[in-house]
Amino acid sequence: MERQVQRLRQAFRSGRSRPLRFRMQQLEALKRMVQEREKDILAAIAADLSKSELNAYSHEVITILGEIDFMLANLPELASAKPAKKNLLTMLDEAYVQPEPLGVVLIIGAWNYPFVLIMQPLVGAIAAGNAVIVKPSELSENTAKILAKLLPQYLDQDLYAVVNGGVAETTELLKQRFDHILYTGNTAVGKIVMEAAAKHLTPVTLELGGKSPCYIDRDCDLDIACRRITWGKYMNCGQTCIAPDYVLCEASLQDRIVQKMKETVKDFYGENIKDSPDYERIINLRHFKRLQSLLEGQKIAFGGETDEVTRYIAPTILTDVDPNSKVMQEEIFGPILPIVSVKNVDEAINFINDREKPLALYIFSHNNKLIKRVIDETSSGGVTGNDVIMHFTVNSLPFGGVGASGMGAYHGKYSFDTFSHQRPCLLKGLKGESINKLRYPPNSQSKLSWAKFFLLKQFNKGGLVMLMVACLAVVAAVIVKEYL
Amino acid sequence: MDSFEDTLRQLREAFNTGRTRTAEFRAEQLRGLSRFLRDHKQQLQEALAQDLHKSTFESEVSEIAISQAEVDLALRNLRSWMKDEKVSKNLATQLDSAFIRKEPFGLVLIIVPWNYPLNLTLVPLVGAIAAGNCVVLKPSETSKAIEKILAEILPRYLDQSCFAVVLGGPQETGQLLEHRFDYIFFTGNAYVGKIVMAAAAKHLTPITLELGGKNPCYVDDNCDPQTVANRVAWFRYFNAGQTCVAPDYILCSQEMQEQLVPALQNAVTRFYGDNPQTSPNLGRIINQKHFKRLQGLLGCGRVAIGGQSDENDLYIAPTVLVDVQETEPVMQEEIFGPILPLLTVKNLDEAIDFINRREKPLALYAFSKRSQVIKQVLARTSSGGFCGNDGFMHMTLSSLPFGGVGASGMGRYHGKFSFDTFSNQRACLLRSPGMEKINDLRYPPYSRRNLRMLLVAMQERSCSCTLL
Repeated sequence: MERQVQRLRQAFRSGRSRPLRFRMQQLEALKRMVQEREKDILAAIAADLSKSELNAYSHEVITILGEIDFMLANLPELASAKPAKKNLLTMLDEAYVQPEPLGVVLIIGAWNYPFVLIMQPLVGAIAAGNAVIVKPSELSENTAKILAKLLPQYLDQDLYAVVNGGVAETTELLKQRFDHILYTGNTAVGKIVMEAAAKHLTPVTLELGGKSPCYIDRDCDLDIACRRITWGKYMNCGQTCIAPDYVLCEASLQDRIVQKMKETVKDFYGENIKDSPDYERIINLRHFKRLQSLLEGQKIAFGGETDEVTRYIAPTILTDVDPNSKVMQEEIFGPILPIVSVKNVDEAINFINDREKPLALYIFSHNNKLIKRVIDETSSGGVTGNDVIMHFTVNSLPFGGVGASGMGAYHGKYSFDTFSHQRPCLLKGLKGESINKLRYPPNSQSKLSWAKFFLLKQFNKGGLVMLMVACLAVVAAVIVKEYL
Repeated sequence: MDSFEDTLRQLREAFNTGRTRTAEFRAEQLRGLSRFLRDHKQQLQEALAQDLHKSTFESEVSEIAISQAEVDLALRNLRSWMKDEKVSKNLATQLDSAFIRKEPFGLVLIIVPWNYPLNLTLVPLVGAIAAGNCVVLKPSETSKAIEKILAEILPRYLDQSCFAVVLGGPQETGQLLEHRFDYIFFTGNAYVGKIVMAAAAKHLTPITLELGGKNPCYVDDNCDPQTVANRVAWFRYFNAGQTCVAPDYILCSQEMQEQLVPALQNAVTRFYGDNPQTSPNLGRIINQKHFKRLQGLLGCGRVAIGGQSDENDLYIAPTVLVDVQETEPVMQEEIFGPILPLLTVKNLDEAIDFINRREKPLALYAFSKRSQVIKQVLARTSSGGFCGNDGFMHMTLSSLPFGGVGASGMGRYHGKFSFDTFSNQRACLLRSPGMEKINDLRYPPYSRRNLRMLLVAMQERSCSCTLL
């Protein structure tokens, strides 16, 4: 593995991944891969998550195509030097921030959206000019295999590599030195990744999870709220890091919520949910059993059916849930929705703040003031008001967590920035040495006053200002020459 | 251990009351910092002179004035920095409100080194406060005079329920790091940087590490040696070389070396006189440990300028070494003292290879009359920051981010970058309950027709036209 990383580093050092044209070619190749091999990719995702190919397309492939198009359209702008405001002393100089690639980047994916969670960061890392190793999750085997097969066929094989394997291989990989690591997964492994990164002073982006709360206000369009929540909760069989994990609402709303969600489930998946091609399954037996245990001792308002053979768990709602019970202690990551009753929004806010900062927060209300208040008084990675999941789809918004739900962010421009070093550059000339007299010893009080004036005032590039400043500079130069 | 726990708990409780959220509160704290600097300017200068033999000029320019400027910048821009940042939307979200909310993280820890003990305390502190956090400050125990002022006087100017100073050495810092913070800002060396990051990993605490390294300085044949010597010497011997962004070593041709050495001597004499030890403008080494370390380095290569040292005064003369081998100790560690080794290379390519063989530095310098040479060095290397034809002037522009890359650090600050560093960028999308017809496209049962329409809706649009 060390050799592989070395090989990539060598290729990176050759400078081949720097020119924009090269990066765009690689991105275009990725796009071709997704379009030409769509069937194979969809089949792999579908096999891993018992997902229909249509869903696989709309859940995963759409996002990637959008991300590639974004990068292709915006790369020249993203990679360009950004000028910076100057002070009097640097007025005639060039000052800018130049984005540069970091080097060799490691992307560790998760199994729940196995394609997009490798590909979306990969697009960003390539666009930023890096060499990349991707390590798909071994739990989503078919996608891991198809990525290992396809990526080398379309991408430069010296700069981009796929490493597959389980815990042992990942541990070995983490011993190597990278220039950035982006990890999507759970908190426990997130800590291990950061600890390994610390040995090499490698910066990390950790996309973790948590329990994303969903507050339903009594003053809201309950029909719409329930419809949207049903969609977001049971998509991918609840195995979504930003799924609404649990609901907080006043006790009086519980029954109506249950009723409306039940109706919506019927609309979405039909009478016999097991037969719906749109309803997925739990990824493996371990998670299936874990989820089953969360149902123990709970009041099941509807759903609750499970089938070990097919790893099917019905869309389920629990009511009057005790905050101390197991289902409220860990991220559910399954099609079980606990409803915890609170007296009012104050109690909801306190409930949320007593817990770790979540990856996402949802509030349903007609009252914009209330929504703003919940936002103001809580913290989370992201927020969607009056809907769920959707902030993920706006790629002008950074996607990431805070506190236990993660650090760093990506998507769109944020991916590019995450995988770049923004290098400040100041280019001066060798003339104008007389102004520098101000700073050289032996020092004096008057020198000091002038030095402060020049150093600490900042100006924009406005034309009139330039003229004024040029005059001032001339005056200053004269003063310096004559009097100091 | 217990005393930390109480302090931290109190700060967290204060944070949870929401006290630090208003712009008024934050501005009041910043104004407090301003008053602190004004009221105690003399004392601060004396303390800096005591700790590092800093001249008034250096204290003002590199510590007090810079800190004041950051406070002023933050006060002027606080409200605009705090504003929600609107972002562009796609067709499906056209009628929604999409913005980035800047929020404080909560409890921030700032660990400060001894070389610019005031600057490296206040500049991060300004950012942390402006962003609405509560702060624990851990000043360096090595710069004792400043440590005393920060511990005893600074708190009087801030709301003490939201701000605390903790004192101690490596052991106490280690204990402190076992606690959970919401952000850790560390300035210091890579060795301790790794320890800080490992400790942060246990709590998944995000960090900024401002580390160091050996900052290369390439001098092209095509330049004016005296101008270059003036600039390099000033930045090298400022604060007796104890600057993380000081040019650490020079790479140049043999011919250029022969011109540079006498030019450097001219500069040293002009700046510090014939006997630099008597100059009020030259600093001293911080303590015995570092003095002895630097004294050891004087044996590398051959002394071309300076080389004198005086243990009683912690004085090391502005020194230039030549005939230095890459394998000698002076090229193995960050020098952090008034010693400047010159290494000869045949050409630009050799210089660039030399630089790229080593860890990415915090700063990189290149001197040449030809801009293509400068641009080549820039394009073919990596570093935290870069300055062509001067020393660390890029640091004085708060519109440029300041930070390292690779072994020289992660994260950045100064000006607005400080505010952003200490803020959580929270993505917010506020939708209306209306427009449900469009949402129907996304609900099961799925169909190809719906998918096609959804694709159209999700393309990004910056205009506010709608199909509806």
